[in-house]
Amino acid sequence: MQFALLIFEPPEAFAARNADENDPYLGAWRAYHKAIVEAGIFVGGNPLQAPETGTTVRLKNGKRRVQDGPFADTKEQLGGFTILELPSLDAALEWAARCPAASIGAVEVRPVSPEYLRRVTG
Amino acid sequence: MSGSEQESAHRIIHRTVERVARESYGRLVAYLSAHTRDVASAEDALSDALVKALRAWPRDGVPENPEAWLMTTARRSIIDHVRHEQVAKASEPTLALLREDSKEPNMTLSPEFPDERLKLLFVCAHPAIDPAMHTPLMLQTVLGLDAALIAHAFLISPTTMGQRLVRAKTKIRDGGIRFEIPQERELPERLDAVLEAIYAAFGIGWDDMVGVDQRGRDLTEESVWLARVLLRLMPQEAEVHGLLALMLHCEARRSARRGPDGRFVPLSEQDPKQWSLPLIEEAERHLGEASSRGRAGRFQLEAAIQSVHAERGRSGRTAWPAITLFYEQLIRISPTLGTQTGYAAAVAEAEGPKAGLAVLDEIDLAAVSTYQPYWAVRAHLLQRLGKTPEAADAFDRAIGLSEDPAVRKFLLQRRG
Repeated sequence: MQFALLIFEPPEAFAARNADENDPYLGAWRAYHKAIVEAGIFVGGNPLQAPETGTTVRLKNGKRRVQDGPFADTKEQLGGFTILELPSLDAALEWAARCPAASIGAVEVRPVSPEYLRRVTG
Repeated sequence: MSGSEQESAHRIIHRTVERVARESYGRLVAYLSAHTRDVASAEDALSDALVKALRAWPRDGVPENPEAWLMTTARRSIIDHVRHEQVAKASEPTLALLREDSKEPNMTLSPEFPDERLKLLFVCAHPAIDPAMHTPLMLQTVLGLDAALIAHAFLISPTTMGQRLVRAKTKIRDGGIRFEIPQERELPERLDAVLEAIYAAFGIGWDDMVGVDQRGRDLTEESVWLARVLLRLMPQEAEVHGLLALMLHCEARRSARRGPDGRFVPLSEQDPKQWSLPLIEEAERHLGEASSRGRAGRFQLEAAIQSVHAERGRSGRTAWPAITLFYEQLIRISPTLGTQTGYAAAVAEAEGPKAGLAVLDEIDLAAVSTYQPYWAVRAHLLQRLGKTPEAADAFDRAIGLSEDPAVRKFLLQRRG
């Protein structure tokens, strides 16, 4: 089964992206990524740029609405996502707990929906 | 009574109810479910009784024997519930309870009721129940811990944990699991399951993965308490002494595991002056008790290993050859990833990193893809052998598998 790990980080984590090579958060992420790949469970994923770089688009009553900034105005913001291939939610939660973001932000684990994908893609 | 006097009287009663609940929960649940096998109903009835106590005791005063009051009230609640449902469908044990009740229409408070917790502990660890649920069941039914807290500790959503607990209790009620101490023949294996479940709770608490529970204690304290209860009920069992000795040795070193700034301090770098001497001495007494009973076992061996580590406080050295000997015996009866990894680390200290690595190489790589300690030990040994790129890789695996930021930081610094 595939699970999406949606990674929510506080402002400090985004600020730390430009930190030096010895930054523990960067080191932790490098190690985490390696562990996922070597465990053979990494399907895909990407970090996202900081929330300020987001632009949110809606169509309201047929009219375009474009807003600078991310979808929700929360302290913790989406920083990236990872898709993992795992046998169960229990296993996905274990990997979520190891994610460096879990100890300073939050990681939402949600199963990918192959059924809806099939309906959409035919 | 004035308004504020009434308020503080209420608060005192509230605290009394809480205290009795805390201290007596397991005994009450065990006694209430021992005959009906219906643990869930016993818990519900006890919850009901606690609510009734909060209403009745401020009005009528706290009873002389609060525990007996709760027991009697809960029993009545179960009987009333059964009467309300179709009595014809009641199980034989529940009917027996009804018959017993009809003999004492006044329900006089019996001052003592037997301690059935030992049977409840064996039920929780019964082979027919999903092994992953042994510890959660114990924590809830014997300790009365909140299901959500248990869920957090096991990294499971509270809803899922709730469902699994219901399923396990239904199995106990309907699956013919008997509330009894196992026969002599099956006792060692059944007891081992109980000890494993208690130790699993200790392990989770040990990794600081849960905060403090509603009793103000953490899981390590709760599991030590469980082991002490078990010891009181089975004082002649060597492995129970062994488990307690093991946990007390670990607890003795707890505050030495973290520096003042919260950094991780490995065992080899801990200052023995920070270890608790009283806990070590108590652990040693239990280890002595265990060995005098002449029935060796897994927990005694693990405790013996910790005892050797504790010796460093007196001798200034760690007797690694003794530790490797204990591990060799341990692997024969309990060849887990933990014992094999521990053995490799001990061999490395006693005979050199190459010998330690050879032990690690015997472990199936597929089995350790998510086992952090293997990678931490491997990284350390490769580094000692000067194999820098392989060591860096192994460090990365260990860091990526660690949940504790302090451990990650420590390994990152070691990695370089």
